[in-house]
Amino acid sequence: MNKKAELFLTFGKIGLFTFGGGYAMIPLIQKEVVENKKWMSNDDLLDLVAIAESTPGPIAVNAATFIGNKVAGFFGAACATCGVVLPSFLIIVIISYVFEAFKELKAVKYAFWGIRAGVLALILNALWTLFRQAKKDVISIAIMLLSFLAVVIFGVNAIIVIVSAALLGIVSSRIRRDEK
Amino acid sequence: MTFLHLFLTFFKIGLFTFGGGYAMLPLIGEEVAAHQWISSRELIDFIAVSESTPGPFAVNISTFIGRVTAGILGSFCATLGVVLPSFLVILVISKFYEKFRDSRLVKGAMTGLRPAVIGLIASALVSLGLEIFMPEGSAFDSVIDLIPLAIFLAMSVFSFLKKNPILVIVMSALIGVACGYGFGL
Repeated sequence: MNKKAELFLTFGKIGLFTFGGGYAMIPLIQKEVVENKKWMSNDDLLDLVAIAESTPGPIAVNAATFIGNKVAGFFGAACATCGVVLPSFLIIVIISYVFEAFKELKAVKYAFWGIRAGVLALILNALWTLFRQAKKDVISIAIMLLSFLAVVIFGVNAIIVIVSAALLGIVSSRIRRDEK
Repeated sequence: MTFLHLFLTFFKIGLFTFGGGYAMLPLIGEEVAAHQWISSRELIDFIAVSESTPGPFAVNISTFIGRVTAGILGSFCATLGVVLPSFLVILVISKFYEKFRDSRLVKGAMTGLRPAVIGLIASALVSLGLEIFMPEGSAFDSVIDLIPLAIFLAMSVFSFLKKNPILVIVMSALIGVACGYGFGL
């Protein structure tokens, strides 16, 4: 089979069978891309995770573009990315019509009344997982608190918070290096 | 114009989201409120749907908001917008990715970005929580106002013990329906 078609189908499968996106996708990528297709090694995959973490955007898209490009250049990257996006796109378009058709039903309203509270619990859980894995030195904790307070109390734009945090990280790691 | 607006807004969101998924919520919340595309309650509904359907969370939520705001072409513009920054950045970086991976500048920036993302997600949690627990400022005048809080606490404990987002959403929906009919809301 053509490499590009293969990339499209493989990433279509990965997009279709991952729930929650992001890191949930890594085991599936490992199985399909490393074990089945042998497009990259496990070490490459670790590199990929590190790069996906430190570049903007959805991890799934980062991974698809990276692997597609490695296997078959620019068009390979385009095919893999389209593959990983297309299932979600189609499913959500269909669901959005169903959602609009049924959202005025009493039972659906009640269901979403409950679901909204449940979603908060999911966000709290994700937050806890991230916090548990995070470095907890003084600077990190200070950045967490500052960005939280900046948005909640002072209504600072999230982009400004992100850019300042990146600069702060660069400056503080340079200072730490100079101290050594 | 809406199409271009959707594309540019989601391009910006894609460009400034690190760590994927929920890290995108504060940005989406700000943008969606500024453009009045959907209410923050609808946003939470979309988060629930995006969580329980396959594929990248960011793609799901962009498609959803785009579709409801401006039809299928709107969903296409929003999704293309959110995907394009990652796509372009990775294409550039993969040319010299070992340099990028070992760069002190990138590592330094990440030591600031990682904790900031945690702070941002916490801020999204607070603003969505205020919206859900105190709709229109009515803070707990009746027992019914306490139900969402009870669901939140129960589901927090559950998802702490067993990580299964879809089960959390299904159970919350069932409790919502049972309480809705039970209390004759």
